[in-house]
Amino acid sequence: MSTATTDSPKSAGWSIDLRVLGPILALLALVALGMFLNPNFLSYANITNVLARSAFIGIVAVGMTFVITAGGLDLSVGSMAAFIAGLMILVMNALIPVMGAGVGIILVGMLVAIVAGLIAGAINGLLVAKIGIEAFIVTLGTMGIYRSLVTWLADGGTLSLDFAMREIYRPVYYGGIMGISWPIIVFAVIAILGEIVMRHTAFGRHCAAIGSNETVARYSSVNVARVRTLTFIGLGLLVGIAVIMYVPRLGSASASTGVLWELEAIAAVIIGGTMLKGGFGRIWGTVVGVLILSLIGNILNLTDMVSPYLNGAIQGVIIILAVVLQRKRSNSR
Amino acid sequence: MTAPVLALRNVTKSFGPIEILHGVNFDLRPGEVHALIGENGAGKSTTMKILSGYLDATTGTVELDGQLARFANSDAAEAAGIVMIHQEFNLAEHLSVEQNVFLGREIRRGLLLDHKTMQKRTAELLARLDCRVSPTARVSTISVPDKQMVEIAKALSRKVRVLIMDEPTAVLTESETEVLFEQINRLRVEGCAILYTSHKLGEVKRIADRVTVLRDGSVVASGPIDEFTEDTMATAMVGRELSDLFPPKRRGGGEVVLEAADIHVPGHVSHASLTLRRGEILGIGGLIGAGRTELVEAIAGLRPRTGRVTLFGKELPAASVAEATRRGLVYLTEDRKGAGLLLEKGMRENLTLPMLSAFGRPLISRRKEEEALTRAIQDFQIRAGGRGIAVGNMSGGNQQKLLLAKTMLPDPQIVIIDEPTRGIDIGTKQQIYDLIHRLASEGRSIIVISSEMPELIGLADRVLVMHAGRVSGEVSGEDVNERAIVRLAMGLGEGSKETAA
Repeated sequence: MSTATTDSPKSAGWSIDLRVLGPILALLALVALGMFLNPNFLSYANITNVLARSAFIGIVAVGMTFVITAGGLDLSVGSMAAFIAGLMILVMNALIPVMGAGVGIILVGMLVAIVAGLIAGAINGLLVAKIGIEAFIVTLGTMGIYRSLVTWLADGGTLSLDFAMREIYRPVYYGGIMGISWPIIVFAVIAILGEIVMRHTAFGRHCAAIGSNETVARYSSVNVARVRTLTFIGLGLLVGIAVIMYVPRLGSASASTGVLWELEAIAAVIIGGTMLKGGFGRIWGTVVGVLILSLIGNILNLTDMVSPYLNGAIQGVIIILAVVLQRKRSNSR
Repeated sequence: MTAPVLALRNVTKSFGPIEILHGVNFDLRPGEVHALIGENGAGKSTTMKILSGYLDATTGTVELDGQLARFANSDAAEAAGIVMIHQEFNLAEHLSVEQNVFLGREIRRGLLLDHKTMQKRTAELLARLDCRVSPTARVSTISVPDKQMVEIAKALSRKVRVLIMDEPTAVLTESETEVLFEQINRLRVEGCAILYTSHKLGEVKRIADRVTVLRDGSVVASGPIDEFTEDTMATAMVGRELSDLFPPKRRGGGEVVLEAADIHVPGHVSHASLTLRRGEILGIGGLIGAGRTELVEAIAGLRPRTGRVTLFGKELPAASVAEATRRGLVYLTEDRKGAGLLLEKGMRENLTLPMLSAFGRPLISRRKEEEALTRAIQDFQIRAGGRGIAVGNMSGGNQQKLLLAKTMLPDPQIVIIDEPTRGIDIGTKQQIYDLIHRLASEGRSIIVISSEMPELIGLADRVLVMHAGRVSGEVSGEDVNERAIVRLAMGLGEGSKETAA
């Protein structure tokens, strides 16, 4: 049911798995629709805009793919991003009198973001893997904590990066090489590394084994707690990197920074064909999932046939559709 | 003699290509306690499940009151008054006792539940059973014997004509067993037919009116209890000839490679010790639940333990599977599907999982993995539809061979195999026995846990027998025979014949 053989009887062994091609076909269909609706769709400006905006969610979603593949879930990434952004801005502003506005402060700020991401990920990971609390509960808790912390740091308002600093930091989001902006480059590099780690290293294989059957993994001398914790730490690191790209875009952080990032990241992972219950994950699928989600928003903005306010509704339909397709595979087994 | 209320006529049952029951005839009469005994895997559970509508017979018929009966499911059987109490309880842990007793048959007053009546009835039933739990207590908070009583109360709450009990006393203390026996006696007087299985032959002798012995899916003996003694029952259960299923035995006489002293696993094993020599096959026998698996899992680092394990002269720390594997000790689980193999994954992923670092770092070499799989398919004679097939779609025998291949991948010196042939056809069994011998003759040391007597006797030079979490004795050489092992497994002393279990 899930596979369709090609017409030629000679290539009977060659079967096409719709689950593999499904997300790609959906992406191609969206591109075709975009081209049809608006000739500007394929313009350089629009494409780079879509890709650059996808990069934050995309970077986070790569890490989320590992967490979900290993049977976990992380609801805290959006709040975590907001908190790290706030922390980063506070530290950088505080250092201006000491170090003077310059690249040095930005490097310190980046270090803060990465260390904070690692620590936040480690807290989630250790609570889940060592203490044994369900990932949903742990990250629901930390989600509330980080969101509340950033609101408190900003005193209910907005934390703004010093204006002099913004000018120096700006190129990290708006600059790039050969017309490709940094967020796109970083996203691409992380996606490629992620795909290699997932498919070709012991770590990736262990994640899939744990998500597939934790007991089997344990009996096969896989260090389950360590691998689990590492998936959360890796996700925290990637959230830190996403924040480094995100802060120069607006130069500020508030209680509404990163809202719903976690849901978009999880949705991208699921649309890409990774199983929510764990055991199977693919990074390229996640990348396709991220692109599908941003293209929907982009197309709605470019046409006036459907109100952009319905963006969420259409994304919701796509997510549910993706899961329905996933389920058919397990039924037909 | 009264006519049977429930009977099996020439019943066979096959799972896939394997026939489990071969032409079983069985009568259950009103007002009798009929004990069904046999070794693990003899077909007792299958027989009970066919009687109670959980399974259909492949051929042959089930008769209720002399009429052909075909139960669509267990609910249909229950509606006809046939209730089975499972060994693993069928209770909703988070509901109260009273809610469980009336689950699915709640008493209503109008639209609302009649809690008062249900509580009162539950209290009456429990009082009949001398059980002191409150009807409103949550099932998850009550003790295991109390859960057994709740199951019985649940059965009593409906009009029960046939009560089928799968090892009801396995979880009960002696005094609780007495209460259960009083209940069984009362039900018997009321004309209820009771089918009862137990490994405790002393109990069978006391409570049963008739006995039927199953062996390898066939009835080998059946008759009034007076015609049997505990010893004749045991002999009937295990008394089969050892075929040439097993290669000739070999003596392992090398140096001690593994020594476990005073192992304690909370709740399962206490004061257990064993030694293993190079090239030896050591058997561990005992009933299910005697702590055999827990003991070896503790040795292999899969369970927390106290006590000392010495591997090749050096102490092995507790709770580290990876360390044990690295130092040459591996464990092959009895739970092939739950703990052994990733059923959704292919053979390659399963084979290399414990040893991925040996296939390239940081990147795994797919080519090396495929080579290892080719070798494993040859060495272990794995027959699967194709290399990419999901392991869950392979036959039990081939799964077991793959699991063996996976376990042997680190080239271990000590191999612990738990139930090497569970759910496997006879041909594959023989291959696995040969393989175990080959491993031993290569100088490796093997521990085999088995609930199948012939397997233990056919394979092991020396057999350690466990009973209730302790090592109850050891037999070796000429003394490795079924009688000696069964007696030790039942907790009977080696010498004293008259002691009840």
